[in-house]
Amino acid sequence: MTQFSITSALFRRHTVSRMAVALTFVVALVTAPLFAQGVSSKTTADESSGSAPELIQPDELVKIVQSPKGARPLIFQVGFRVLYQQAHVPHSEYIGPASEPEGIQRLRQRVQGLPRTQSIVIYCGCCPWSKCPNINPAYKELRALGFRNIKVLYIADNFGKDWVDKGYLVEKSE
Amino acid sequence: MKTRVLAAVAILAVVAFIATRHWNGRTEPLRGDNAVTHPLAPDFSLTGLSGQTLQLSRYRSKVVLLNFWATWCSPCRSEIPRFVDLQRKYDRDGLQIIGISLDDDPKLVRAFYQQLTMNYPVAIGDAKLAERYGGILGLPVSFLIGRNGRIYAKHAGESDRTGCQVTTRNDPTLK
Repeated sequence: MTQFSITSALFRRHTVSRMAVALTFVVALVTAPLFAQGVSSKTTADESSGSAPELIQPDELVKIVQSPKGARPLIFQVGFRVLYQQAHVPHSEYIGPASEPEGIQRLRQRVQGLPRTQSIVIYCGCCPWSKCPNINPAYKELRALGFRNIKVLYIADNFGKDWVDKGYLVEKSE
Repeated sequence: MKTRVLAAVAILAVVAFIATRHWNGRTEPLRGDNAVTHPLAPDFSLTGLSGQTLQLSRYRSKVVLLNFWATWCSPCRSEIPRFVDLQRKYDRDGLQIIGISLDDDPKLVRAFYQQLTMNYPVAIGDAKLAERYGGILGLPVSFLIGRNGRIYAKHAGESDRTGCQVTTRNDPTLK
């Protein structure tokens, strides 16, 4: 097993000496931490919303969706359609990317007429937590509409790694 | 001297492999020498943004970087300019980058394509294609496909700035 960069290793027409490969490794090792995305920040979803969102961890939400007792919260997926079609949290509803006006519009329509005490969980899982473009707009919109019982599913990396790979139940849709 | 260099390479490779496990961006090398461990990349035929047919198997003699992305995905947006540079730089050497957007709205993709002057083909993908590639359950995800059409690496997350770092074997089919 060796580690290469495309620029140095993929093409036979560029003769690459083993020493050059070794140097590539060194450069990669030295610079990688600088470019790594690092440990996810748990503050990103909140930075401009005026109040810290209450987070819910995947294992907590699993218990809720599996529990036959109690009123289940509404669960909204504010990520992309292809992700939702492949796998989503059981009982969750597709809203769409809240970073786009259409997503916000669908969110508004969905919660129209609901009591402001309605318990809502939003999640995305498209990207690492600190890079997610959808959670914050969705959370802010729900807050602006007067909802206060909102929880945000904390997905550190993505839905695949933090939910599907852990063996949690999923549903698919067409 | 040769032995020392090889030993250094081996050690660094192991360290690098371990290091990648601690990054958010994950590279999953596909190890081994046979068809099972280097599966053929699922072929597809899609209509590209400019109306042309985009069929993966037509690129069989090239090294293909197949990138799943979306316009609203910030790590995707960060790495695409680097892909544009790579395509320009290594086009004559046989690199072909192919973008599969998972956006809902093709209009946004077209606008983005023009804005970034993307120089490689892009098509809109769907859940069926994503599932044929093992599920695209986060973005971006890239696959490195050798000239023989087989998948040699999968990278989940944004590629690094030094040139799409991938962990793979020193396999001649990739050269």
